[in-house]
This record gives sequence, structure tokens and C-alpha cells, in this order.
Amino acid sequence: MTSSDPSRDSGAGEAPTSPASLDLSQAVEEARAAFSAATDLTELAAAKAAHLGDKSPVLLARRALGTLPGSERAAAGKTINQALAAVNTDFQARQVELTEERAARILVEERVDVTLPWDRTPTGHRHPISLVMQQTADTFIAMGWEVADGPELEAEYFNFDSLNFPKNHPARALQDTFYVAGENADDEAEGTRQILRTHTSPVQMRTMLDREPPIYIVCPGRVYRTDELDATHTPVFHQVEGLAIDRHLTMAHLKGTLEHYAKAMFGPDSAIRLRPHFFPFTEPSAEMDVWFPEKKGGAGWVEWGGCGMVDPNVLIAAGLDPAEWSGFAFGMGVERTLQFRNSIPDMRDMVEGDIRFTAAFSSEV
Amino acid sequence: MRAPLEWLTKYVALPVDTTPAQVEEALIQLGHEVEGVHHVPPTVGPLVVGEVLTIEELTEFKKPIRFCTVAVGAGNGPDGGDGPRDIICGARNFAVGDKVVIALPGTTLPGDFTIGSRKTYGRLSDGMICSSRELGVGTDHDGIIVLDADAEIGADARQIVGADDVVLELSITPDRGYALSIRGLARELSAAFGAGFTDVAAGPVRAADGPVWGLQVEDPTGCDRFVLTRVTGVDPTAPSPYWMRRRLAAAGIRSISLAVDITNYVMVEYGQPLHAFDAAKVTGPLVVRRAVAGETLKTLDGVAHTLDPRDLVIADDSGVISMAGVMGGESTEIGADTTDVLLEAAHWTPSAISRTARSHFLPSEASRRFERAVDPAVAIPAVEAAAALLVTYGGGVLHQGRTEVDTTTAPAVVAMPLSEPQRIIGRPFAAGVCAQRLEQVGCHVDPQVDDNGKVLFLVTPPSWRSDLTRAADLVEEIARLEGYDAIGSELPTAPAGRGLTSVQRRERQVAADLASAGLIENLSFPFIGVKDLDDLGVPADDIRRNTADLVNPLDAERPSMRTTLLPGLLETVTRNLSRGVKDLGVFEIGLVFLPRHNAPGTPDPSVAARPTDAELAVVDASLPQQPQHVAVVVAGEWERAGWWGPGRPAGWAEAIELARRIGRISGVELEVVADDAAPWHPGRCASLRVGGWPVGHAGELHPAVVERMHLPPRTIAVELNLTGFGDRVPPVPPALSSFPPVLVDLALVVDESVTAAQVTTALRAGGGDLLESVRLFDVYAGGQIEAGRKSLAFSLVVRATDRTLTAAEATTVRDAAFAAAAESCGASVRA
Repeated sequence: MTSSDPSRDSGAGEAPTSPASLDLSQAVEEARAAFSAATDLTELAAAKAAHLGDKSPVLLARRALGTLPGSERAAAGKTINQALAAVNTDFQARQVELTEERAARILVEERVDVTLPWDRTPTGHRHPISLVMQQTADTFIAMGWEVADGPELEAEYFNFDSLNFPKNHPARALQDTFYVAGENADDEAEGTRQILRTHTSPVQMRTMLDREPPIYIVCPGRVYRTDELDATHTPVFHQVEGLAIDRHLTMAHLKGTLEHYAKAMFGPDSAIRLRPHFFPFTEPSAEMDVWFPEKKGGAGWVEWGGCGMVDPNVLIAAGLDPAEWSGFAFGMGVERTLQFRNSIPDMRDMVEGDIRFTAAFSSEV
Repeated sequence: MRAPLEWLTKYVALPVDTTPAQVEEALIQLGHEVEGVHHVPPTVGPLVVGEVLTIEELTEFKKPIRFCTVAVGAGNGPDGGDGPRDIICGARNFAVGDKVVIALPGTTLPGDFTIGSRKTYGRLSDGMICSSRELGVGTDHDGIIVLDADAEIGADARQIVGADDVVLELSITPDRGYALSIRGLARELSAAFGAGFTDVAAGPVRAADGPVWGLQVEDPTGCDRFVLTRVTGVDPTAPSPYWMRRRLAAAGIRSISLAVDITNYVMVEYGQPLHAFDAAKVTGPLVVRRAVAGETLKTLDGVAHTLDPRDLVIADDSGVISMAGVMGGESTEIGADTTDVLLEAAHWTPSAISRTARSHFLPSEASRRFERAVDPAVAIPAVEAAAALLVTYGGGVLHQGRTEVDTTTAPAVVAMPLSEPQRIIGRPFAAGVCAQRLEQVGCHVDPQVDDNGKVLFLVTPPSWRSDLTRAADLVEEIARLEGYDAIGSELPTAPAGRGLTSVQRRERQVAADLASAGLIENLSFPFIGVKDLDDLGVPADDIRRNTADLVNPLDAERPSMRTTLLPGLLETVTRNLSRGVKDLGVFEIGLVFLPRHNAPGTPDPSVAARPTDAELAVVDASLPQQPQHVAVVVAGEWERAGWWGPGRPAGWAEAIELARRIGRISGVELEVVADDAAPWHPGRCASLRVGGWPVGHAGELHPAVVERMHLPPRTIAVELNLTGFGDRVPPVPPALSSFPPVLVDLALVVDESVTAAQVTTALRAGGGDLLESVRLFDVYAGGQIEAGRKSLAFSLVVRATDRTLTAAEATTVRDAAFAAAAESCGASVRA
């Protein structure tokens, strides 16, 4: 912007305005009108050149100031400066107005359809089975428990013998358990002593053999049974098992633990009911039902898994004195839990890897 | 086990107003799973016993029709009188004088079928002679029900036919063989309801005089009890009484003949499986022994079996005549002319029966009981009851003697401290309650005070409870009968835990990161076959060909445990493609199974005590290694086409970057080395290494693999052994300089064969501490670059931590970096 300091004006050139008749009000009015008439910043720039440029009436008057007699100079200077200030103020006000208008217009012009999709890069997902196991692990870790894991291809010793399964137990049948073949083709099925674990309990036995009680562990993992795949069975599935060994543990502790877990999985209104049952590795044994408030067709009991007090024979096999130590164990199927919890009619959806199924889950089930 | 409630209440005096639902709930609380409660569909209105007085055969119709007159008792006749009723009937299995079931007019049968007086086949029919099927009490196709001769004319027939019966279908756990009988279940209900119980097996036993048949038990461990009675002069045409047939039908057992029906009836009631031989077809004394290899037996279902030396059998002079405890043989079975019946009641060792039944695929009512536990003391009462029924209904004569072998031992006394129930269950139990509950299941309780003044129960279990051998077993009985619902709820306090292990955290972090990267987690079945490895082009000597194989795979094409995650992931990809998905990226984290070279055999350590560490080490050494792998497959477009523009497939470089990303998230820096491994493209495959050790591969799949497996072109894959990563290295951040960086570009020319990694490494080494970073920003070949060489352009950041570097210092660093690259990679500066 042109300086308003009169001393820097050269005073040369144009015909001087008569100081006596120095009246710049019209020039100020004209400038104001021209600024107002400008509809954008380009027009405003042109108006500025006309009304604040070197050849504008006000600046011409200032340039002529030096030609005035000394007695008039002060008054004329004052008039000129006032006029200049007025024009400048008008210009700046209009400039702010037009800048704001332009900014607003640009914002309008830049409006987009925000509903356009941006699926340019794919979205990933965890599998809900993994999420259930993770959530379970977190629930138990919060109670001070630890997560234990172990091999899926196991010795029969860990999967059956040490867990008090008699040699002739039906679960050991080829119809239920996958056996690993020996290197020799003529090796008998029952001779290899290696199987795919039918439950995650071998991890419990490994832990008991590995360290001294107290033991509080949860074992999520993959297990195998020779069921054909259908809507409610799968030969490869996942289990969550828990084991606690300590002094003075009772069946009431088992029930309390299960209730805590049930509430974490199914909400604060869920509850646990135990029914007597039989398992080789627990005595007393129970099947557990969970009260599921969101059950399809109305709140009700749902069969959830098995549990009981660790059988004395299991403690003995682990080198623990049943008179000193007691403990409880429990286990439930992850697929089954997910199936009734999230209303999944067909278990095959969970195992076939159809991404449309998995994509329904994000960070929690 | 199907238990008719009417049969149970013969032995347990349930309170009169007990509903079937209450019985069901009680059985559930006792630990007997109720799989079904079958109600007979309702018949509304009078059912009475009638006697057929006359039969007139009507022959003018398409099928033979009978016009009968039937005495129906006082007040049940036409118009409320005492006279007989005229009834038209299409069935033919009855004769004049037979007692039958009459639905009087006004009665509504199941299916909403109301009986009226109506004209049919030209006669007035004034009621109906009923069949089991019409009453909904059975599925018998044999025509109408013929009752026993002693049924009283005009009596209410509802109870006789079981028109109001309820059958409970139970799943009995393997430890409770005693509950596979009316006797055992009635005892359970008696304890649950505090109701009176009558033991059908109690009472005096007939004195017997000498054996009835020769017997030699050669295998006393397989058979510790064997009893035979003999009934001669049985009328082979004598029918089974109606009440027996009805109860057997309700229990789900088909009526066959009087002798067979009696053995089944006694089995269900007493829990003791019996076998009836036609004595005329047995030659010589019976021998109980193990089969000789190659011996054969045709069982009475007509199937021929080749026997195993572990099978327990009964033989006579002709060879094997019965598969002990499982099924009898055809050669000595009861036939239409059998008059001389030999009844067998034996006690077999459960493991042998279970093995034989399983290996011959012969699960039978008998084997289901023997493989659990049968009361060894019930053999004589059961076989005597059967003989008595055969005498009563078959008109036979009971042989005075009885053949007996008994080497059973009395149940051992179990000591249970009175404090034990509370110690295990977590709630107090009064001494009287404990004693009462144990006595209810048949135990004898002898309370003692030990040296410390503590009460100790010396408990003698009953003969039918071979499962009660430890204090814990007794505690379960007390807790079960007192009800599990009475157990409290208390959260135990675990000691402070360590949280997840670093390996467990790594698995989570890798999975979460890959999901964040846009990949979908997959959990595929870990079974593979030779074809899967062939499809991947895995060479014959590759370690992935050394698989652990299953004896009994579900899919014969996939008998092996996976040695690589890729077959499962690729199958998932092709399945999704076949379902219409075009582009997808999936990952999986899971174990692979790598058998060890020269692994020892898997031992069978003792379970009587903790095995030694050395024994346990051999068990572990015998198992395959099972490292945790992670694999990724991306097929189709990675960046989709859309309104923003065209799409872009993932490439080899993305695969390798994904691998490096997995390394970074796991806290290890993966070194990238060019490699050629199946199933990757030989020129677009990187080996990833940690400290020089290969931990996996990444790159673009081999075009031949892509074609064989019908994958989208340029599908990429990564597979890494997470277990091989080793421990996370704690990161140490660099000293951060606040002085301005000097940016220097350096364009080099090297031979085509020189890798970017080699040049980068050389520049870093040559640049020294002042070279803060090196980044490749361009690769160029052709044009002014001479053939066989390529240009690699790097931007270097040169900076010191303690001062602002001069241009001269930066140039020195650049020159030193270049010198190293020239030295080790033959690099020249691009002109």
C-alpha cells in the first residue's frame, strides 16, 4: 500500500489542485461507491488502482501539497490525510467482505458426496473364535490366572492315561480320536501312542508336572475329534479349559469361578447350574448349564460344558498329594459358546473361512 | 435306557401326586441325563376288557371282515345294559374266548378319532376292538391286542395297556452301570423322594442241588462269575404274557419268543444280561476262555465274525457258541422247537467286553451293561427269576440243580474322614446326612473315631457300586443326593499372575496387526495330502514332505498333519473365489507338525506317581516339533478399482513388506535374501532371516502354482515360523540430533545382479555414525545406462548429534559411503 507519509512524495508531474477549493469528499464518495460495486477481489483490485493508485484524486492532491503556500499546507494536508484514511478504511472493509465471501464460496464449491465409499484398501478382521479365546484369557488374567498352551499332537499319556482314563475308555476308540500312524506301515493303530489331543486337558497335566502349586491356568486351544462336519459338529474345534490347584479349593470355588466367567461372557444376569455327571479326570463331576438372558426364544439354561473337582488319581499322577492339594477343572467348547451366544445356526460357517462370516466381527464378539 | 414310569413305580413308592416332570427333574438332579420323556398319546373315554363270544366271517367284501359279539361286562353293554356288543373288526389274530381291549362308543382315541355306533359292512358296529397302534401304546403291526386270559371282563383296560404311561429315555454315564436297570433307577428315585424302595433282587435264594450242565471257566480274570439254570419241557409255542410284551415295548425291546423275552425282561429289571441256550443244540460242557486266533462265530444276527485272541467266548465241543457278554451264537439260539432251555447269567470284565463289542461293531443291550458294571451278586436272583417265569408261562420244569462258579471278591472298605465332604464341596454336611445318603445308595457305614479324635466313616460299598473306591467317590454321592444346587459360590483368590507371556503377546500383536493391515483371519483344518504339496510344487526331498500321518483320517485324500499353512489358506481363498469374492487377503496363525528325525518311541509312563523328568523328556522328544507359523495370501486386487480410479494387485514387494512388518511387530529385524523355494516364483521369492537363520519366505506365487490352483494371476504369499523369531530385542532409540540435517542425493550404477540391500548395507557401513539414514528412492535401467547395469538412487541424511555439519563434512560422509559401495558392490557414480 502506498505510504501516507507526505514527506516521501516527489511532488512532480500532475497539475496541482487548487488548494483553496480542496474538497475531496466527492473523491472519497466515488471510491466508496467503486469499492462497493466491486463484486470480487479482482474488481476490487482494479477499483483500488483507480482510487488509491498514484493517479487517484486523493494521491494527486497529496502530491500537489508541496506547491501550496505554507499557510494553507497544514489544513490541506489534514484534509488529504482524512480523505486517504477514509478511502483506505473503505477499501479494507470491502476487501475483508469479499475475502470472506470468496472463502465461503470456495467451501460451497468444494462440497462433496460424503457417502461415497472408500473401500479402496480392504478392511481386516480377527476370527471370532480367536476373539472369544482372547476375551476369555483377559477375563482370567484379570483374576491373576495365567494362560497355558501346549502341543496339539500329543502323547496318549498326556491326553488320556495321566488324566485317569482307563485303557478301555470309549473315548479312546478310533471312532472318537485321531491316531498318529507309526513310521512302519504295519504299526498297529494303538501302538503309536500319539494322538491329536481330544481336549486341552493335556496342557493342564503338563503344567502340573512342570511346576508347584498353587496353579491357576486357563488353556484355550484347538482340539480334535473324529466327528464329521455338520451344522453342530466339527472335527477340529476349540476349547477353553481352566484348572486351579491350591490348598482348600472346593466345589464352591469352582461355581464362583464359572459364574464370574459366565457374567463376563453373557452379561451380569447370567448364572451357573451344575448337574452331576461323570468324567474320568474329575470327582465329583458336573455338567454346567449357563443361564443365558439373550437366549433365542427367551432366557433359559443352555448346556455349556463339563467341570468338577480334580480326581485324586490325576493329582497322584502329577506327583501331588490329594490330602494336601485340591483343585477344580472346567472346559467348554468355543464354537458352541459362540454358536448360541451370537445366534449362529450352522457351525460350518465358523470353519469354512468364508470371509463374509468373519467380516461381521471386528475387535470383540 | 428307556424306563417306563409304571415299571419303576412297581419298586419305588413315589408320593401319589408325583408328576412325570418331577421325576424327570429328580433324575436330572441325580446326574441322569433325560434325553426324552415319551407320553402315550391320550385316549379319552372308557377302555374295557372284553371277551370274544362269537365270530362271523363276512366274505362278500374285498377283504375278510369279522363280525363279532363281545362280552364287555356289567353296565358296559348297549344302552348301559350288561349284554354283549356287536363289533366289526378287520383284524384276524384272535379267536373266540380271547380277552381283548374294547373302546366303547364315545371314546376318543389318539389322532382325535371318536368311536361311535355306526353302520359298516352292512352291520351295526357298536365299539372297537383295539390294536396297540390305535391306542398309541406301541407300533405293533400284529393286529389287535390279545390280553392275558386272566383279565377280568368289564375291567378298566387303561392300566393293562398302559394308556396313561410315561417312558423316560435316559443317558446313563459310564460310571453308573447300576442305573441301566429298573432296580437301580428305582433306588435312585427312592433316595431323591425319600420314598419306599423294594429291592427285586432281595430275598431268599432257592437251595440248589448240584450242577445242571458241565462248565469250565478257563479265564477267571475275564469271568469271575458264571451261573446256569435249566428248564426242560418248555412249550415252544407258549406266548409271552401281554404285560411283559408291553413293558418290553415301552423299554424299546422287540418281543421275540417267550424265552428270549424273559431274558430281556429280567435284564431290564435286574440289570443282569442273561443268555438262553437251546440245551439240545449244546454239545458237551461249556468252556469260558479267550478265542483262538482265526476262530469264527456266526452271531444270532446272522453275521459271521472272525475272532481275536483277546475276545472272551463261551465254547462247547463244537467250538465257539457265544461271544461272551456281547451276543450269542446262531447255532445254539432258541428256536421254534426249543423245549430245553439253559439260562446263563455271568459277570464279565468290563474292558474285555468293551473291546470286543467295539472291534466287532456289536454294541448290544448286554455289552452296554457289561462294559460299565453289572452287580456280580445279582446273577443268581436274576437267573432264578428268569427260570421261574419260564416255568410259569412256558409250562416247563425247573431243573433242581444250578451250575455256579464264583471267584468274585467282596468290595473293599473305603475310609472317609467326616471332614472330607466339606473339604471338597465347600459346605458343611451333618454326620447323619452323610451316613443316610451313603446308606441310600446301598453302602454300609461304620463310624469310627481315629487316634486324633476325628470321626472316620468306614464305608462298605454295595456289590453294584464297583465305582465307589475312594473317599472322593463317596463325597460325590453325598453331594449329588443333597443336590448340587445347595453348593455355594465363592471366587478363589489366585496369587498375582505374570500376565501373558511374550510369545502369547506376540501372537496377539501379529494377529491384530495383520487385521489392521486389511487381512482376514482364517482358521483352517490342519489336514493335508500329497496332492496339496504337489500343487504347491514342493520337491520330493523338501522337509515339508516329511509328515505325521493319521491312522484314521476323515478325508482319505488328506491323511497328514500340515507342515505348511499354505494349503489351508489357499483352499480358503479358492472357496471364497468360488462363492463370488474377487479379491481377498487372508492370514492364519497356527501350528505345523514336523516329525523329528530318529525320534524315540512314545513311552507309556506310570500314572501311579509322577514320572521322572527324564521319562517326560523322552515323551516330548518323541512328539513332532510343532512350531507356530503365520501365513498370508493375497489374491486379486489389493487396492480396489473404484470411483477414484483403477485398482492394483498386490505384488511381490508387498508380500515381502508384509513379512518385514510381521518381523517389526514381533520385535525382530528380518533380513531379506533372494531365494528360490516352492511355491514361489523363482525370481520373486525372498527368504526372510533372523541372525542368518531362515524363518520363512515371501513373494509372488509361481505361475504354474497359480494356474494349477486356479488362483488369480500374481497371487502373493508369505509364510514365516514365528517360533523361529526368538526373543524380542528390546528397542534402543538413537540419540536424537536437534541440528539441521544435510540432505545428499547419490545416484549409483551397479550390475543388474547386485541387490538394493547389498548397496544399502555398504552405504551404511561406509557412511559411519554421521550417516543418519539411507533411503532408496529410484531404480532405473535402460536409456543412458549401459546394458547389464542399473541405476539406484539414494537420498542420504547426514547429521551429527553435537554440531551443525558443514557441506564439506557432508560430502566427506557421502564419499565414504560411495567408496564402500564401490568397493563391495562395484558401484560407480551415475554420469
